[in-house]
Amino acid sequence: MLHRFAVFVAAATALLIFAGGLVTSTDSGLSVPDWPTTYGWFMFTFPLDKMVGGIRFEHSHRLIASAVGFLIVVLAAWLWRAEPRRWVRRLGYLALAAVVTQGVLGGITVLWFLPEPISIAHAGLAPLVFCLIVTIALVTSPGWTRGHPSDDRTLQRVAAATTTLTYGQMLIGATMRHTGAGLAIPDFPLVFGRLVPPVWTTPIAMHYAHRLGALAVAACVLATAGHVLFHHRTRAELRRPAVLLLFVLLLQLTLGALTVLSGKQYLINSLHVVMGAVVLVTSLVLTLRAYRPRFDAAEPVQVAA
Amino acid sequence: MRVLSGVVLGVALLPLAAACGGGTQESAPAQAPPPATSPVDPATAGTVMGRVTFAGTPPKPAALRMDSDPACAQQGAGATDESVVVGDGGAVQNVFVYVKDGLGTLRFPVPSTAVVLDQKGCRYAPHVLGAQVGQPVEIVNSDPTLHNVHAVPASNQEFNTGQPIPGMKQTHVFSTREVMVPFKCDVHPWMRAFIGVLDHPYFGVTGADGTFTLQGLPPGTYTVEAWHEKLGTQTQSVTIGPKESKEIAFAFKG
Repeated sequence: MLHRFAVFVAAATALLIFAGGLVTSTDSGLSVPDWPTTYGWFMFTFPLDKMVGGIRFEHSHRLIASAVGFLIVVLAAWLWRAEPRRWVRRLGYLALAAVVTQGVLGGITVLWFLPEPISIAHAGLAPLVFCLIVTIALVTSPGWTRGHPSDDRTLQRVAAATTTLTYGQMLIGATMRHTGAGLAIPDFPLVFGRLVPPVWTTPIAMHYAHRLGALAVAACVLATAGHVLFHHRTRAELRRPAVLLLFVLLLQLTLGALTVLSGKQYLINSLHVVMGAVVLVTSLVLTLRAYRPRFDAAEPVQVAA
Repeated sequence: MRVLSGVVLGVALLPLAAACGGGTQESAPAQAPPPATSPVDPATAGTVMGRVTFAGTPPKPAALRMDSDPACAQQGAGATDESVVVGDGGAVQNVFVYVKDGLGTLRFPVPSTAVVLDQKGCRYAPHVLGAQVGQPVEIVNSDPTLHNVHAVPASNQEFNTGQPIPGMKQTHVFSTREVMVPFKCDVHPWMRAFIGVLDHPYFGVTGADGTFTLQGLPPGTYTVEAWHEKLGTQTQSVTIGPKESKEIAFAFKG
C-alpha cells in the first residue's frame, strides 16, 4: 500500500514538472505577481473565472504544487510511522525538506521577478524531488527485495554515470531555458547550417552544450542498455528499465528536435521538460537496482516494533 | 484559538486589501527637489517640430488573438498589433521624439498632474507615452478582467503588481531618466507599452499623422532622438535661435 501511494506521488510529481514546464514555456511566471496569495486571494479561494491568460498556467502550477507538497507530507509521515529501515525513513524526510525548499524557491523567484539563479535552482531541484520520490517508491516495492544478488561493477559505474550525466544535462537545459537561449541556434540537426557554430555567444554556447550533452547522454544510455541486454538479459528488473530507457531517450531526443523546429511550441517544450525528468528517473531506477545488493548489505531489513 | 482567529481574519482580509489597490510606488528617493519655475525665458523660447515617416512597404499589422481571456476576446475584437503602425503617407505612429542632449545643467519643474496609462480593451493606452522624473504615472484598469502591471526598466526599479478588479488604480513615480521603460502584462502577453522618462519636458509621441512638436525650447543646439520599439532610433542635430521654429524629419526603413 505504501509503495502504491509512493508511485502515485511520483506520478503527481511528474505532472507538477509538466505544469512547471508550461509556466516557463508560456512565459507566465509573473502573471500572478504575489505569493503565496494570488491577486490578494488565499490561494485555494481564487475564483475559477479569473483563471485566464497566463494565470491558468501559473496558478494551476501553484495548486498542483500544493497538492504534491501535501502528498509528500503524508508520504513522509507514513514512512515515519511504518517503515522499519532508517535510511528509507530519512529519504522521506529529505523529500519533504526538498519540496518545502522547492516551494520557497518558487515563491521568491516570483517576488524577485524571476532572477536567473533562483529560477535555475527551482528548475534544478524539481528533478531531485522527483528522484527522491521515485527512489522511495522503488525501495518500498516488493520487487526491491527479490532478484539476483549479482554485483556487476561495470553496470553500476556506467548506469551511475548515465544518471549523473542526465542530471547535468537537465541543469544545462534549465539554464538554457531560463536565460532565453532555447532558440539561440534556430536550426536542427545542423547548427547555422554547419556542425559547429560559426559565431559564439553565451546563449549559443549554452544551447550547443545542451546538444552535445544530449549526444553524451545518448551514448551513455546506449552503453548502459547495451550492457544490460548483453549481460543481464534474463534479469527482468534490469532489462525492463533498460528497454524503457532506450524508449524514453528516443522520445526525448525527438521532443528536443521538435522544440527547436516548432519554435518552442509550448506543449512540445513542456513535454521535453518532463520527459527529461522521466529519462533521469528511469536511469536512476536502473542504477539503484544495479546497486541493490549494497543497499541490502548496508542495513538489513528490520521488523517494525 | 486567538492565533487561529487571527489567521482566518488575515486570510479573509487579503482580497479586501487587494481590492483597495491604489497607493503610490516610487522607484527610489529623488536626490534634490526640482525648481518650482522653469528656467526658460518664454520670450526667447523656440520650437522644433517635424514628422516621422516610413520608407518602403510598411508591414501589415497582425491581428491579435485574445481568446485566452474571454473578456479580452469580447473587448478587443478586431484589435491589431501596435508594434509598427504606419498611416497615410507613411506616417509612423508611436514614435517617442525627445531632446536627448543639449540642455546642459538646466533643471525643470516637475508637473504634479499625472500622466495616465490605461488598460482598456486588453491593451495599454496609449501604447507609447512620456513622463518626467518625479511626475506621477497613474495606471488604471478599465477592463472587466484582471491585469498585472509589470514594468521592466533597466535603470529604475522593476515592479509587478496585480489589478484584479475593474477600476483599480495605482500611481508610480520614476526616479531616474530612462528611455524607454517597457511595460507588459504577463496575463495577456500581447499587451505592451513604453514610457519615456526624462528630466525635462521636451518630448512628444507621434500620432496618426506622424507629427511631433517640442515647444518652449531655449535657444541652442540640440540632439533630437526618435525612438521606435521595432524600427530603432535615429538622431539629428538641430540649432534654434530665439523664438525660432525649425522643422526636422525622420525616415525609418523597414
